[in-house]
Amino acid sequence: MNATLAADPVQPGRRALHRRRTRRLLSLAALVAALLVAAAASLAYGAHPVPLDAVWQALVAPTGGEDDIIVRSLRVPRTVVGILAGLALGAGGALMQGHTRNPLADPGLLGVNQGAALGVVTAVVVFDVTALGSYIWFGFAGALMAAVLVFVLGTVRGGATPVTLALAGAAVSALLYGLISAIVLGDRQGMETYRFWHVGSIAGRELAVAGQLAPFLIAGFVLALANTPGLNSLALGEDVSTALGRNVRRTRLLGILAITLLVGAAVSACGPIAFVGLLVPHIARALTGPDYRWLVPGAALLGAVLVLAADVLGRLISGDSLEVGVLLAAVGAPGFIHLVRRRGLSRI
Amino acid sequence: MTRTRLQAENVRLGYDERIVVDGLDLDVADESVTVIIGPNGCGKSTLLRGMGRLLRPRAGSVLLDGKRIDKLPTREVARTVGLLPQTPSAPAGLTVGDLVARGRQPHQHWYRQWSAGDEEAVAYALSATGMSSFADRAVDELSGGQRQRAWISMTLAQETSLLLLDEPITYLDLAHQVDVLDLVHRLHTERGTTVVMVLHDLNLAARYADTLVAMHDGRIVSQGTPDEVLTGQLLSDVFGLDAKVVSDPVAGTPLVLPISAHLRDEG
Repeated sequence: MNATLAADPVQPGRRALHRRRTRRLLSLAALVAALLVAAAASLAYGAHPVPLDAVWQALVAPTGGEDDIIVRSLRVPRTVVGILAGLALGAGGALMQGHTRNPLADPGLLGVNQGAALGVVTAVVVFDVTALGSYIWFGFAGALMAAVLVFVLGTVRGGATPVTLALAGAAVSALLYGLISAIVLGDRQGMETYRFWHVGSIAGRELAVAGQLAPFLIAGFVLALANTPGLNSLALGEDVSTALGRNVRRTRLLGILAITLLVGAAVSACGPIAFVGLLVPHIARALTGPDYRWLVPGAALLGAVLVLAADVLGRLISGDSLEVGVLLAAVGAPGFIHLVRRRGLSRI
Repeated sequence: MTRTRLQAENVRLGYDERIVVDGLDLDVADESVTVIIGPNGCGKSTLLRGMGRLLRPRAGSVLLDGKRIDKLPTREVARTVGLLPQTPSAPAGLTVGDLVARGRQPHQHWYRQWSAGDEEAVAYALSATGMSSFADRAVDELSGGQRQRAWISMTLAQETSLLLLDEPITYLDLAHQVDVLDLVHRLHTERGTTVVMVLHDLNLAARYADTLVAMHDGRIVSQGTPDEVLTGQLLSDVFGLDAKVVSDPVAGTPLVLPISAHLRDEG
């Protein structure tokens, strides 16, 4: 029945679909390779460089030497936490830009960052909790509550739209920021903790931190991947998405849930590491194209590569006095400006 | 008696406070081409959006195979009814092949994202619109005519037996307008697709429609074959247009020749 409609040869279209798939697989493979290199560098470099064979030794057959202790107790946790945070922020950024169809959207748009900050500050000032592993829970709870509040406020008749969510997110963030300022201004200990948390760092985290957040991150990644076909149809507009049989509200809700879990978990553990969620999706888009089934994994991998690379660079040039958040802002801001000026931000 | 799978029963459609269509009934004849005409703002597109469940009726109902379309699972509807809205926009860098592949979404599942059937449908949808050789090109870099063909190709890949098109030939030059309408005609004659479309060009509407539906102020004022509907009286009542209707020397369908004011003054 189809053949009669053919107006030109069918084969070129078929071949184009195959070519495309091969290119995307290669891009993802390259990103995985880059992540392995970055992870190896993160385990090896620092104030006390450890040769790669010694790193391997420390991982598979530790003898308890100085190298082993440095690698196993300092660099492995730092690297694992960095990978997790980078994956989460990269994927969260890609989802956020997809749902808002706005190239300037940042995963913090839902008020998650300030929510986590208020949670951390409350833990320190009100409950006297100072151990990182404990105040992470407060941060995560704060992030979740902020996202729920933003979602409720941003839901108008006809459901939550990206515009109403962004407005509600901005308002809630401003309110929370005011509260945080009021709390930390009167409390020295709170101010100190907030200051260090807020810079964005993956140093000094124990491996337990990764275990704490892993369930939420895994759930977030599963939801994020499940959300990608819907996001692909939403990228064609809500009308086309509905015509293709998508429930637009459900797709949005799923996306918001995924973003909240991913970004909430990453930010409560490492602070709001600037620019990862904003910059990474744009670079990933150039590698994988605008198909979210490839873009979200691509942005996640690239996020992890970027966080680790920035962290290693900070260790090398400043003897570990520059946290990853500072370095990413210093490198990321000019990078972002360059991207905007040279290519323009693409319509998404 | 004509059979109908898609019906509007006493529907009221509108946006926010504004009611655009009220108390309207329409039975779409199966395996035929129905064209909705009418002046700007008469509710043509609103009706089409309502029939394609993009807009929920405030009252009355739209029925697909006798069941309320808004009660059916939306994916199920998407396998039966395809809809192309006016001037859709694609994200930058999206290739024609990828756009058309997204037309397969209602047939896909999370455990099976891509099948041989999907590939088949996409390849033929590209070919039917003459877009096979453009499969690698970005949609936003195409000319208006190519872009429109790419979008139509996406709705073809959906493989639905009903197709709703909202002004599919706006912004196209005459040759491309005829190309697109010829394709619609082939869909209908070769696949038995039921097509409902909104058109502004009355002469092309008359040439390609089995049934013309003329709308005015949210109501249907005339419905029938092009010969029955396109009369001087209707054009004057609905469009406020003074025109002469003659027989199209090429197709034999009605041809509307406006008697414009500057000619009247000179005559």
